[in-house]
Amino acid sequence: MKSKTLFDKIWDSHVVKSIEDGPDVLYIDRQYIHEVTSPQAFNGLKERGIPVFRPGKTIATADHNIPTKDQHLQIRDQLSRTQVERLSENCQKYGIELFGLNHPKNGIVHVIGPELGYTLPGMTIVCGDSHTSTHGAFGTIAFGIGTSEVEMVLATQCILQPKPKKMRITLDGKLQKGVTSKDIIMYIISEISASGATGYFVEYCGSAIRDLSMEGRMTICNMSIEMGARGGLIAPDETTFEYLRKLPSIPGIVDLKSSIEEWKKLQSDSDAVFDKDLKFDASAIKPMITYGTNPGMGMAIDGSIPITDENGSKASASFLKSLDYMGFKPGMKLLGHPIDYVFIGSCTNGRIEDFRAFAKIISGRKKADNVTALIVPGSKKVEEQMVAEGLIAVFKSAGFEVRQPGCSSCLAMNEDKIPQGKYAVSTSNRNFEGRQGPGARTLLASPLTAAAAAITGKISDPREFITEERKAKN
Amino acid sequence: MPKVKFDILESTCVSLPLENVDTDQIIPARFLSATSRQGFGDNLFRDWRYTKSGEKNNEFVLNNPVYNGKVLVAGKNFGSGSSREHAVWAIFDYGFRAVVSSFFADIFMGNALNNGLLPIVISDDLLKKLQSLIQKDPGTKVKIDLEQQTFTILSTGDTAKFAINPYKKECLLKGLDDIDFLLSIKSLITSYEDNKSFVK
Repeated sequence: MKSKTLFDKIWDSHVVKSIEDGPDVLYIDRQYIHEVTSPQAFNGLKERGIPVFRPGKTIATADHNIPTKDQHLQIRDQLSRTQVERLSENCQKYGIELFGLNHPKNGIVHVIGPELGYTLPGMTIVCGDSHTSTHGAFGTIAFGIGTSEVEMVLATQCILQPKPKKMRITLDGKLQKGVTSKDIIMYIISEISASGATGYFVEYCGSAIRDLSMEGRMTICNMSIEMGARGGLIAPDETTFEYLRKLPSIPGIVDLKSSIEEWKKLQSDSDAVFDKDLKFDASAIKPMITYGTNPGMGMAIDGSIPITDENGSKASASFLKSLDYMGFKPGMKLLGHPIDYVFIGSCTNGRIEDFRAFAKIISGRKKADNVTALIVPGSKKVEEQMVAEGLIAVFKSAGFEVRQPGCSSCLAMNEDKIPQGKYAVSTSNRNFEGRQGPGARTLLASPLTAAAAAITGKISDPREFITEERKAKN
Repeated sequence: MPKVKFDILESTCVSLPLENVDTDQIIPARFLSATSRQGFGDNLFRDWRYTKSGEKNNEFVLNNPVYNGKVLVAGKNFGSGSSREHAVWAIFDYGFRAVVSSFFADIFMGNALNNGLLPIVISDDLLKKLQSLIQKDPGTKVKIDLEQQTFTILSTGDTAKFAINPYKKECLLKGLDDIDFLLSIKSLITSYEDNKSFVK
């Protein structure tokens, strides 16, 4: 039999039909939906007068648009309120399980899926959100889709997709202290650009990936889309199975032990061929920060902004426009540059491990006076755990405000906007113009780098704040 | 999803020669709170079209009455970022029916095809030539023939073949959508479910 990549194995076993010269009809095991990209899909079903085909395979949450303060009160913004209410109505009407606002299991879609055991190895998973790639950390084919495709999956549990090409990214070597999975993925994107993996599905391999926790792996897969990839995945291993064993329950799994035996087979064959193969040395990676307005515009925290654009060619008009927006100049160093805001949260870095890392540096220190910090847990469960581990107390005594779960300032659909012209060191995934509010200037970084900035009030190297005993787990 | 037909389009163009235009620029997240597909065109490129105080930014190409048409000529890596289909709805709602670039982000491309907004990939060289022709003469017209899969600059006669998945081409020419097709193979889907075994 021809050798296959893990991606091929999962894809091929989900093809219901191949259309000649066309896309494949791909069966979807799990769909996650949220309030922003689903209402028009439900409208489509209503117009056709058809039901949701397999309501049990879809899970809903409200996350993008919700406030992170006073969630028990009515949502003030009328359009946002309507969207959230519409989601509840649609879920009730069509029999879809909803972890809505104020539900004890509410949270960001890509945080709650894994923590509630709905994301399992070997699955095909979609959601009307590009960061669906997060779930690839469990050895799944998971990717973001548009609303028309949400409607397709609601109507038929299938989607029409052309099969992407396959890329393997191997990272070997040991990470330096103060370097996290966020830095790994930001480094890769800075090396291959924001469109360097467009058309591909990526498998991440190598010892540096194996050494990561599930949270760390989710951060890597999460940002696959930021280099244009359709998604990214990591073959399941003992770390994956241990994560699953610790979950209080896994819906639909009767015998976890025998499922794990099956999941162990989810590996690329040793002689499988990828369309593109890239290798990086993990020990060469430093803490990273972005300086521009796409995630490819990243550099080592102690580096200088290049004088050419990210493709190495002479600085283009787009590159200079981007630096102008940020208030930076080619060749500039960023260490010591004052900042105004720090945001820790999002589907990229809103999990318990991220807040533990943040706390390692914050603990026993005080927030800089010039900094406004938004600490937003990725879910109610993360929030609960933060309370149980005493992290909220650490943050409060350091002068930080801890908010309620949601997507918050990552995309600033709610009130959590960074003001015009202000600099925000953010653990989220996109530094696009206006992403965190009109005119906001986003500097993407890891939770450790965000913590160093929060206590100094300027862009700082987190390695200076980590002694051996403070050294955070990656 | 809407059923939209596309066959031949002849039009002037609006050129936006910037690279990496992401979907947050096309339609900022704060305008995504609607529950229908209509009306997003009003906020297309919102933060470039209007100044901080909410007035029209006369420097921006959409506010320059000299440039108009149903074809948006964009730079490399257009539509990167979020999967929001609202970006495509905004471009379509504004009145564009095709977007031309040398490179599109994947999800944007799929969303565009699902809404009858034709994404056309041409070479970097032809894209640069087209951009400079439009700058010199805003009346520069192009012709898009989906059946023939040709893209032509009428004043110069430059013609390029563009690629499109044959299935999608058929859908657009006939005004069919994917859901009709998927519903028509429902028995195949249920038999897949009945026989589904674990990944081999």
